[in-house]
Amino acid sequence: MGEFLTDNIKTQEYFLNMGPQHPATHGVLRLLLQLNGEIVENIDMDLGYVHRSIEKMCEHDTYQQIIHLTDRLDYLSSHMNNEAVALAVEKGLGIEVPDRVKVIRTMMSELTRFASHALWYGVNAMDIGAITPFMYGFRERELINDIMEETCGARLTMNYNKVGGVRYDLHPNFQKKVKDFIKHARKKLPDYDAVLSNNIIFKKRMKNVGFIDKDNAVLYGLSGPTARGSGVSCDVRKVHPYSAYDRVQFNEITFTEGDSYARYRVRIREMWESLSILEQLVDNIPEGDYKVKTKAVLKLPEGSYYQKVESARGEFGVHILSRGDKLPYRVKFRSPNFANLSALNKMAKGVKIADVVAILSSIDIVVPDIDR
Amino acid sequence: MIILSNFSNIHQWLLGLIQNAVATRVVELTIIALAYLAAFALIGLLLVLAERRIAAFFQLRLGPNRVGPWGLFQTVADALKLVSKELTGTVKADKFLYGLAPYFVIITALVSMSIIPFSKEVQVFDINIGIFFFISVSSLGVIGIFLAGWSSNNKYSLIGGMRTGIQMVSYELSVGMVVVTMVILSGTLQLSQIVALQQHTWFIFQGHVSAIIAFMVMMIASTAETNRTPFDLVEAESELGAGFHTEYSGMNFAYFFLSEFMNMFLSASIIVVLFFGGWLSPFGITAGIPFMGLFWFILKVSVVIFIFMWFRWTFPRLRIDQILTLEWKYLLPINMVNIVLMAALVWLGLTF
Amino acid sequence: MTNEELKNKLSGWYNDLRFTETGTYLNVEVSPKNLKSLAEKLKSDPDCAFNYLFCYTGVDFGEELGVMVHLESTAFRHILVLTTKTSDRENPELDSLHEIWPAAFLQEMEVFDFFGIKFKGHPHLKRLFMGEEWKGYPLRKDYVDNVNMIIR
Repeated sequence: MGEFLTDNIKTQEYFLNMGPQHPATHGVLRLLLQLNGEIVENIDMDLGYVHRSIEKMCEHDTYQQIIHLTDRLDYLSSHMNNEAVALAVEKGLGIEVPDRVKVIRTMMSELTRFASHALWYGVNAMDIGAITPFMYGFRERELINDIMEETCGARLTMNYNKVGGVRYDLHPNFQKKVKDFIKHARKKLPDYDAVLSNNIIFKKRMKNVGFIDKDNAVLYGLSGPTARGSGVSCDVRKVHPYSAYDRVQFNEITFTEGDSYARYRVRIREMWESLSILEQLVDNIPEGDYKVKTKAVLKLPEGSYYQKVESARGEFGVHILSRGDKLPYRVKFRSPNFANLSALNKMAKGVKIADVVAILSSIDIVVPDIDR
Repeated sequence: MIILSNFSNIHQWLLGLIQNAVATRVVELTIIALAYLAAFALIGLLLVLAERRIAAFFQLRLGPNRVGPWGLFQTVADALKLVSKELTGTVKADKFLYGLAPYFVIITALVSMSIIPFSKEVQVFDINIGIFFFISVSSLGVIGIFLAGWSSNNKYSLIGGMRTGIQMVSYELSVGMVVVTMVILSGTLQLSQIVALQQHTWFIFQGHVSAIIAFMVMMIASTAETNRTPFDLVEAESELGAGFHTEYSGMNFAYFFLSEFMNMFLSASIIVVLFFGGWLSPFGITAGIPFMGLFWFILKVSVVIFIFMWFRWTFPRLRIDQILTLEWKYLLPINMVNIVLMAALVWLGLTF
Repeated sequence: MTNEELKNKLSGWYNDLRFTETGTYLNVEVSPKNLKSLAEKLKSDPDCAFNYLFCYTGVDFGEELGVMVHLESTAFRHILVLTTKTSDRENPELDSLHEIWPAAFLQEMEVFDFFGIKFKGHPHLKRLFMGEEWKGYPLRKDYVDNVNMIIR
């Protein structure tokens, strides 16, 4: 009987298209899962569904014009992306920005990071199946968006940086609102742990899922919370300090477990660190100009310029190749999501479909940043 | 077979009107069927609304509050929209099975509703193997879900359908065993009898330790049976889109949706009947007043349903292997020990 | 290691390396035939220990096509940019670095997609972003598309 069955039943690989329209891929990412029952044997990626060729567009824009394009990469850490380009060009031109600008940029970065992590907290919970924490995350994020709206004029794609400073001075309410927000967030963050972090089902879903060890994390080019969950010390704010990060006290959060739950905890703890950085700076914003005068036409000297910043998802880099013209010769954005995605196949081999969703959300991908 | 003692004057009136015993019977049956259909739809709509309001309450939101007073007609409007929608489907779907699946699910829910004792007066079908009938009929619903997943010709639906099969077959076992535990205590399968036996003490107090364990297992198993979070991996929206009903639209989808809520209602009803004295009022405070049983029954069921909803809006979702581990490694052994414990309690006369 | 020490160390390995320091990091240009062996040495040498490939840029240099690889050592925190150029525009080929740094796996697919540089030894070169049916390599300087591209 057994022989009869095996002879006559054909077996074939079962492919499942995850995406481009799929709730767990947070946008239009297409993963082709090769399945054996529910177990994933291989993942093939197909990207480019929101590819807008921003790198090519940059070749036809001046340095001031490039900045607003970077908002549209990782829209959840838009301020850090802006900052990277501004810093790269300033470094190339030798522009020294006032202290006030440095502090403003740092504060804005940390607010953006908090907002991004708050959103991620909700989305991560939703991917695991708990819907309520989603609203918790959004509650805090809304407050930050309000602060951003007042000062930058936009809630999400702020376009607040420019070469030589920031676009507008801080709104008079800024300090008060940030202080209120810090107080509010310190009260509400323990709720995050209460509703999700210590939930037994959540722990079961996240622990030992998507493991990657320290050496491989470096070799696969992981950065940000994804790498710090594996114990890699890679926080650009510590390793290559920029803006005002050298004058604030904060801890680099690393966990050594290397699984999805470690990455989750890194992000939760980073929210606390962001609050502490904000607290140190909010009363010490130096007086002065919020921008320095630059030439109308900026010409970067010939050479290859690189600036890395720590965005909410990892190391965001901008690589500008200049030939001394007013337009860059080639601009490459080092997207943390694209690099982090390269380890997905390694993390997700042999796991269940549900785990792929958990791993994807623990990497915290933003598809427009992957596709650029 | 049909207990309608308080409605005997209606029966007399109809008989006087029609002057034919058989025709009267047919008319009566039709009226009862229509009343149950209406109740079915009404309960479904109210439950959907309740779910949305309660979800909003948990999530710092307001929920639907625009259509009618307190948003009462929101689900009616939604149902109207669903009725008016075009029924679409996949081209390569197995048309017959694809069309059949939602009816399988909704009819099994409807049939199981017939044995629920809403009160002393309102119970259509008081069969002497009532609880057994309920289990056997309600487990037919899984075939509908499985058919829907299979015939849609969609890989996500298929995975959803497969998961249903695994999950339902596993957790049916737990429900069955809990029922056996409680039947050891009651000594009867007839639902009206089970309720009547709780006249002085509810079963959860009569069976104390063993009954409380059985109740907890029943809550978990019923949540799994009704495919609700944390056991909703049948539709697991973040993994499978919408699972088995991905390809259904309009009323066909509404049938699945409605039956899911009805199954929750039915599970809650059975829990109330088995553990909390069905339509009996606490301490017999309203024992003399007719139709107060209905009020108490609905109240108790609402509390159980609220707990189900509380689960749903608090917990994340389990993974398929964790669900099976929970059932086969934990719930099943606990149940087996519990049956022996209950038998011992009954044998030694340690029940209250 | 400082830039000077790196320069001295690398010059000892190959004599055809060209160093430039215009810009942010030390830049070393290597011929395509020495690319892979230099990369292996950079990673395995205990003093260099470049284990973190963080940026992989494909560049159309006008006459030539090439890649610029940003490397960092997590132990010493020194950074080096590896540049390789090939003058064959019709059928450009470079060695794949994905065996040395797995991070290069996706990045090389991206460079192949946008510049048409084939990577020898890469097991899965496909058009990652543009799709198989796309004609031409859009980030090359001589790419023309009258429909989708507006040039000021």
